[in-house]
Formats: sequence, structure tokens, C-alpha cells
Amino acid sequence: MASSNIIRFLLDGKLREIENPDPTETVLNHLRYGMARTGTKEGCAEGDCGACTVVIGELDGNNIRYRAVNACILFMPVLDGKELITVESLCADDGSLHAVQQAMVDTHGSQCGFCTPGIVMSLFALKKENRNPGGNAIEDALAGNLCRCTGYGPIIEAAEKMQDNVAPENADDIKDRVDALKKLARHQTLELTGKSALTGTTKKYYAPVSIEGLADIVERHPNATILAGGTDVGLWVTKQHRELDVVIYIGGVPELQEIEDHGDVVDIGAGVSYTDAMDKLGALYPDMGELIRRIGSVQIRNSGTIGGNIANGSPIGDSPPALIAVGATLVLRKGEDERTIPLEDYFIDYGKQDLRPGEFVARVIVPKPKANQHFRAYKLSKRFDQDISAVCGCFGLTIEDGIVTDARICYGGMAATPKRSAQAEKALVGKPWKKNTAHAGMAAMEQDYAPLSDMRASADYRLVSAKNLLMKAFVETTSSVQTRVLTREGAANAG
Amino acid sequence: MPVKLSEIKGAVHADLRHDSAHKHVAGDAVYIDDLPEPKDMLHLYVAMSEKAHATIESMDLNGVRAATGVALVLTADDIPGHNDVSPFAGDDPLLAEKLVEYIGQPIFAVAATSIEAARAAALKANVSYNEHPSFVTLDQAMESDSAIEPMQIMGQGDPDASLAGAPNRLQGSFRIGGQDHFYLEGQIAFATPQEDGDVHVYSSTQHPSEVQHLVAHVLGRPTNAVTVEVRRMGGGFGGKETHPAIFAALSALAAVKTGRPVKLRLDRDDDMVMTGKRHDFRYDYDVGFDDAGNILGIEIEMAARCGRSTDLSPAINDRAMFHADNCYFLGGSRIKSHRCKTHTVSNTAFRGFGGPQGMLGIEYVIDDMARALGKDPFALRMANLYGEAGRDVTPYGMTVEDNVAGELMETLARGADYGARREAIQVFNQENQYLKKGIALTPVKFGISFTTTHLNQAGALVHVYADGSVHLNHGGTEMGQGLFVKVAQVVAEEFQIDVDHIKITATTTAKVPNTSATAASSGSDLNGMAALDAARKIKGRLIEFAAEKYDCPKDRVSFRNNNIYIENKEVAFADLVNQAYLNRVSLSATGFYRTPKIHYDRASHKGRPFYYFCYGAAVSEVIIDTLTGENRVLRSDILHDVGRSLNPAIDKGQIEGGFIQGMGC
Repeated sequence: MASSNIIRFLLDGKLREIENPDPTETVLNHLRYGMARTGTKEGCAEGDCGACTVVIGELDGNNIRYRAVNACILFMPVLDGKELITVESLCADDGSLHAVQQAMVDTHGSQCGFCTPGIVMSLFALKKENRNPGGNAIEDALAGNLCRCTGYGPIIEAAEKMQDNVAPENADDIKDRVDALKKLARHQTLELTGKSALTGTTKKYYAPVSIEGLADIVERHPNATILAGGTDVGLWVTKQHRELDVVIYIGGVPELQEIEDHGDVVDIGAGVSYTDAMDKLGALYPDMGELIRRIGSVQIRNSGTIGGNIANGSPIGDSPPALIAVGATLVLRKGEDERTIPLEDYFIDYGKQDLRPGEFVARVIVPKPKANQHFRAYKLSKRFDQDISAVCGCFGLTIEDGIVTDARICYGGMAATPKRSAQAEKALVGKPWKKNTAHAGMAAMEQDYAPLSDMRASADYRLVSAKNLLMKAFVETTSSVQTRVLTREGAANAG
Repeated sequence: MPVKLSEIKGAVHADLRHDSAHKHVAGDAVYIDDLPEPKDMLHLYVAMSEKAHATIESMDLNGVRAATGVALVLTADDIPGHNDVSPFAGDDPLLAEKLVEYIGQPIFAVAATSIEAARAAALKANVSYNEHPSFVTLDQAMESDSAIEPMQIMGQGDPDASLAGAPNRLQGSFRIGGQDHFYLEGQIAFATPQEDGDVHVYSSTQHPSEVQHLVAHVLGRPTNAVTVEVRRMGGGFGGKETHPAIFAALSALAAVKTGRPVKLRLDRDDDMVMTGKRHDFRYDYDVGFDDAGNILGIEIEMAARCGRSTDLSPAINDRAMFHADNCYFLGGSRIKSHRCKTHTVSNTAFRGFGGPQGMLGIEYVIDDMARALGKDPFALRMANLYGEAGRDVTPYGMTVEDNVAGELMETLARGADYGARREAIQVFNQENQYLKKGIALTPVKFGISFTTTHLNQAGALVHVYADGSVHLNHGGTEMGQGLFVKVAQVVAEEFQIDVDHIKITATTTAKVPNTSATAASSGSDLNGMAALDAARKIKGRLIEFAAEKYDCPKDRVSFRNNNIYIENKEVAFADLVNQAYLNRVSLSATGFYRTPKIHYDRASHKGRPFYYFCYGAAVSEVIIDTLTGENRVLRSDILHDVGRSLNPAIDKGQIEGGFIQGMGC
């Protein structure tokens, strides 16, 4: 089938086709203003509050994988080939409530009700995904849904209650939807031509289905916006009100969705979601898993990608400092050619990366932990889950016979790029791993950083806390003293 | 055997669900932006000042007017009535004339066929400013004596002598920051032009009557030309008390001028920039106390950042003064309150309305005293509570008659194991270099009533239709707090009918006029009583009718369990209503309530501003990381005296939700 100008997706189990969609119209706006499905709400239009939460189903072999996402920053064409579930989809035909909804009613889980549809969808997805049942799964599932009224107690109660309460889905229904989604699979690039409602200019959208196809399109459109999860690009549209003339979506490129274990290293494709990367990297480096968990809510982690977090060059992305601290490298591709660079070299200056025209981020190569290597990552942010870091400090320290033999210390939020602390590293390497060495490293750090004051933190706070994080890493790598208050486990242990 | 009177569904004191719970979870509850959009509807975008303090030298809007999709551009010159949307002070221009006094102040508005078109058009404006020095912080305002009204002083006794004679003195200073409401549904208004130049406005507001008055004021029309309606808000928390008037007035003005429906829905970013927040405070104190920790005298000086205009800041700061004692007898006291004007967004009502800021001051002072004396702050709190005659009058001269703070605190301390936990924390803190814990048990005493006495009135309108179904309307608004279901329970109880027979309806100025904001923790009291008054009137007529028809004394007619018992006869409520209708009995009534006993003289800051106090106490344990400042609440226990709750489930939700919001989340 040639590339068409139609996107196709399932909604309420039925096939929907939209011809010529505006490539950057959000799913939220389409639902609310295009389809008058107003149950899904806009609270912030930037993926922070979760009022717009919907669930996306994607084919995964003979199953469908369901994930909660923020509809407010999800572009319509991304739905192509997927299943969309909104709060309206949940009620039975006779109007009776889904078990999740009923649990929310029974526990007085809604007050003003505006966040409620999003919360219902997050809990629905939690039940559907059934990932990590128990533990902090409920709180984690709700971390991306702001409720100003209830204080969450009754919502958590509803989540606990609905766990036993949800009837398993009919196998035939599942098979029908799997078959329907299989029919929607694309084998050629989806190419859309839309028009800006505002300026009348032509907008192009490409969703290639192979890495060669992607490489070709990127070379032809070197100024295009490359779209992965859209957790950043979405805001260019909803907050900066930019018109994106050419968008290239990488979510349909299978090679970029892969996590490959090569024994001593792991390759993470540029399109791998935080959710998937978290599992793999968290197994290697527990602190990296927790850091990725705190990059964003479930909804953001389900959409956003490690590749995007690197590619956008932000000085406050959380994954680069962690990856740099473990010595990750970056693979960039242009046409048929690939080159590999140390990840830290990608970040040249604020807004400037080592990315050539026609080139794109293909994957990041993450070395596995070595003997005697200690990795620690700390994220300081006002909102515990889902906030941009004031300071993100990551430490890859190799200690052999009490001597620091290798130190990779990298911070986010301290400079115009994710930046290693060359002086602190120098102060540590070759020295015994003692408190005075840590103090020397802390003092040396002042030569590496001159952070800014902004709404997230003052320059003073940044520098003091960055230094203290090294002390924290020292304490954690040399004793069993509890040093964390803000991980849920930490709080439990401390309490 | 006692007769159980209420077997109806939804009587008072029942744990009824929120009336909209089913709709909330299904996505069927309609908020203003969910209403169907008429096809010729315009979208309004508000352009904001980019300067904190400046004179607009020129504003060239030709490019805006010529932009695609633009139907109308509004400036201050286009306002036919008064360019003011302030609650009373007259200092909140709807659109800036020449002077701008905060970043985010509305300077013009664009109505266009889409919000994107309106926003893009606004960017074509060419505005030049002549900037002036600006005061942005509290300290800058204090140094420059920049204020929205003169400093207020409240107090009793001779604080100077009390302080001078005290064996111990402590002076100190501290601050608390502000807070954004972050109602999940942002500010929104949707205006539809009516005949004769009238206008109907859906406004997400806690104060429909004020929005109505201000829209009329801006349009230069009498109040009866404007109808304001709100079914529900997606959260309010005080943020939708005065500010919605801005958006309602702009959309109404555009609707009247274009003859087309107009929607104004703020983007979250614009909402946060354009609308006011909780007041941040600075405190300076001087306290005198004896060795046992009894406060002998105190001077507290509070300064609050009010922002650029008066808004509700006088009343908010008054309430901070009213609660500067919290639950404690302060001896000779002087409470000074500075209301600072800054070139920032005008701060406004926020849950507690200055009360929390007032209480924080004295709680901090008591902690400071406890540290100085090396005593458990809980003991000091208990020692300083209001008590017998001589220790029972507040700095504003109101006698505390209903004090249950001590009982609550002792019960809570026991239930939450305060003493043992405090000891365990001391051990923890000795053993841990970097992580430290703390525990505190604090009471709250909150005065119930608007401190502006005349606001303590409410109206209701109840119709009973000939089939026995009831239509309930009152001046209160629903923002999630469950007011509507509580008032419905009151009416259900009075008529002794299942609450399902009572239709809860949108608040509209066309049904109940001259209402006060749903605020001051007074919504259930005021509107419940007004609805009760209306229901009683109709009930009285039904009793009179039944007594006459069945020829019995009126006291032999009673309402119970969906029936009316007339001597030994049982008549279904609906049947009697129908008979009454056929006999030309009026089945509609208005209700009214005004809070008794209250009076206040603001000039001397003396009187009885509150009908009563409500009390609670909480104990919280926290942990802080001294390396990073990260902190966490490990456990909180709350005990609150709710009296005879109309709906315990709803009230529990308010207590929990209010506590979490107050934590600063």
C-alpha cells in the first residue's frame, strides 16, 4: 500500500479513519473540539497534570500492550495503527460503570471531578498493564495525575479496591482487536500533507517504517523536527505555539525501538521509551532506574524516549548525566554512515550539539557495571516525581583496595550542558576513598561550575547541594548509613 | 423505643456520595469548556503587560486588527461602562489605560475565529512602554512604605508593660511563601449575547453575584441585564472568588459588541501569570514569657505582599490578625499588619484566607520559646490555650465560648502516641548525622463567618412540582466541596423525601440574587439554612392545606419517610403535593438566612466577627536531609471537631484534601 493521507486507529473498538489530519493537532484537541468527546480534560497542556490521560494500545506480538499517555501533547498521526481508549470508552453500553470508575465513586475519590477522568484512565491502565503489582505501583501510577481536592487518600483506596474488582476481559474481544490492529500495520512510510489552519502553509508528516527510510527522509529534510515521544516537541506546539513544517516520526522504525544486550554493553535505540529503558538500565544500575522513574510520570515515561532526552540537547535532561557517568557513547547516523562519540561530546554548548545536517541520533551504547564500580544518581527537584531537576548529580566511581581508580562525575542543571566535574574527578582519582578526599572533591567542584539562579533553585543552593551530593555518594559507598528521605523505600527505612 | 425518624435516602448526617460522582468518573460532568460550541463562536485571547511598572507610551494594534480571523479588538477605550473589576476598591482596571503595574496585567484582548488566530494576532501588537522603578518583593515595598491601605493594629491589654515585665524575651523574624491555587480547571467564561443588549455568561466562579455586578458595571448596564450561571467549577480554592470577573467581563463585552457567543479560556501558563495567589508573609515578633512557658505579652508585626491592587487583601490580612492568636491567650498583645503594595499580580483569596498565615506566626513563636526553654512545645501549647474568665478574650475582644482545643490535642496526642514518638525521634537524631526528624502537634481554631458582616446572608429558591419532584437552587456554588449534596440533604430531611427526588441545579443569578461568594467556610451553613427556610415555608403551606383538607389540627400532620401522616392517614408526598396544587397552594418559595449574633467595628478592630469557631488538631512527623534540604512528611494524624456533620464522608474529604493542600503540594 502506498503512503496515504489517512490515519487509521481504533476507538471504542471501532476503526476510525481521518483524512488529512493536521499533523500537529493534539489528540486532546481532536477529542474535545473535533469529536465532542469532552470527558478528557485539559489541565495544563504540557503533560504535567494528567487530566488528559488516555490509554493507547499497541500491538505486541499477539497481545496488545496498553499504556497511559498524555493526550495533550500527543499528535494525532501518532495514533496511526494503534488503539485509543478514552474515559468515554469505559462505561458499558447500558451506562453502567467500569470497576475502576465504580471504585472511585465508592471511595469518594472525586471532588471537583476535573482531574477524575484522567485518574480513572491512569488506574485503568495500571490494571491493564499489571506491571509491578503491589509495592508502590499505585502511587507510581498516580504520580502524573494532579488532584488538588482530595489529597489522594480516597483515590489510592479506590486503586486498592479495584485491584480485585476488575473482571478479566473476554478472550474473543481481545482477539478481535488484535486482528483489527494487525490490519492497520504499515509497511511503507506514512506521509501526510496537512495545512496550517492559521497560516495556510503546508505541513508534512512522515512516519517511516525502517531505519533506511528514516535516514533517507532525514537527509532530504535536514531541518525537519524529529518526533519520538513528543514530551518535549509537543510543548513547542502547545506552549510555544510554533508551526512545525516537517515532522518525522520515528516511532514506526523498528530498529530504533530495540534494546540489545551485547554482553558488556547494552544498546538502547533512540525510540526506546523511558518505561522500557527504565527496566533494563534499572537492572544494571538501580539508581539509574530510579532516576528514570523520576524523569517523568508513567504517562511521560510511556511516551518519552532516552534518545529524545539526549537529542534535544537540554542542560537539564536527567538521563545524560547518568549515562555520561557510566561512560555511555552515542551513535549518530546519516544516510548509511554511522559514527560513535562519547556522549559528553555531543553537548557542545547551550542549544548547540554535535549533530550534522541530515544526521540523527540512532542509539546510545551503555556499558555494564564493572567490578568495584559504584554508581549513584541523585535528582533534586521540587516536585518529587515528574519535575525538571534543580540539580541532577551522577557518580560513576571505581574503588579498588580503598583507592579511587576511576571517577566520572556529571551534573545536570549546573551548566549550559550536562557537564562533568573535571576538577572533582581529578581530586578523587588516585586518592584513598576517605572523607577528606570527598571534601577535596567538593572543594574542587567550585572550579567546575558557576550555576545560575532561576525558579528551580538559587545558584548557591545548586552549588552547595551539588557538593553535598558527593558527600552523600561517599557516605553511601562507604557505609550503610541511611541517607535518603525521598525514595519511598528510603522513607520507609528511615521511619 | 426511640422512633427513627429518617429512613429516607440522603437524610442529613448520611455518608452520601457527591451528587456528581458518577458523572465525574464517567466523564459526563459538564464544565464550561465542555459545552457545545456554537458555530459562530469567537475565542478571546488576553494580551498582557510585559512590564512590572510602566506607562504605555503607545499601543499600535493595527496589525492585530488586520490579522486573519480577527473579529474584534478590545482596549480600555472600548469599555462603555466602568473600567473596573475590583470587588470594592475600584482599583482593578479590566484593561490597562496607561499605567501597567504587573507583568501579566491585561492590556488588550482579541476576539477571533480560533484561539490560535487570536493569539497569533495579538503578537502583531506594537506596544511601547516607559518603564518605572518597581517594587517586587515584600522588603522593597516595606522600605518604600508602599501599601494598599494603612497599617492596621489590633490588640488588648498593655503589651509594652507585659513585655517589659516578662522574665524571658525572644525576638525573631521569619517568612512564609505564597502558593498558586492550581485549580485543575483554569479560568474560563463563555458569554452569549441576548436581546436588548443583555448577556448570559457561564463563569467558573465562586461568586456569581459579584461577576454579574461587575459585568453590568463594565457594560454600563443595570444588573438585571446580566445573568451569570455556573453548574460546577473544576476547583476554586479562593482563586475563583474575584478573578473570574476579568474573564467574564471581557467575554461579555466582546459578545455584546459582536453579537456572537464568545469564549475566553485561559491557557494554564497565562492563568498562572495573570491571576493572584496566596499572600506571602514576613513576620517580626517580640514575645515575653515566664519560665514555665506562659506567654505574658507579645507584639507580632506581619507584612503581606498584596500585589498591585486592593482586591480582597484588607479582609485577608484582617483574618491573619484574627488568627494571630490561633488557640492561645496572648496576654498583652499588639498585632500589626502591613498590607504591602508591590508591582506583582494582585494576591487574592486562597483557602484559609489569611487564617493559616496568621496561625503560623504564633506557632513559630511557641516553637522558638520551647527551644529557648528546652521544653516540649506541646506542653507550651497546652499551657497557653484559652481558658477560664480572664484568659478567654481574643485580641479583637471576642469571648471564646466553645473552646475544645485542649481536649482535641490531648486526645490526639494519646491516639498518635506523640510522647513515645518524640523520644524515638530524639534518639534517631542523635544517631543520624545527615537525616533529621521532627514532630509537632498543633491545633487550629478557625472563625466561621465572613468578617465583613453584611456578607453573612444567603438566599435559596425551592420549587415543588405537582408530581412531587423538587427543584433546588441557592446562591452557593459547587467547586468539589460537596455543597450541593449537603444542601440537598437538608431539603430532603425537611421534606422527608429521598434525596433522589431533589434536582440539584446550576447556580444562577436569575434565581437567587445578591448572594455572597461561596467562601469563608460558610457555604453549608448559609445556603443550607436558606434552603431550609424555603423548604419550611412550603412545608408549612402543605401542613396548613392538609390540616384543612383532612380537618385536623396542624400538629397532627407530620412528614416522614416519603409520606405525610395526617392523624392516622398516610398520604404519599407526591399525592399530597398534587392535591395542594389542585387546590391552588403555592409550591414555590424563596428562603433567606442571615447569621445571628455577629458584629464588628473595623476601625477599632473589636467585636464578634465570628458566629463560632471550629477546632482541629494535627500531629505530623517529618524527615529532612540536611545535605540537600529534601524533606518528607512521614506521618500525619488529624483530629477535627466537625460538630454534627451534614455528610461525614464529604467532610472527611475536605479535611484530608485541605491538609494536603496546606502542606504546600
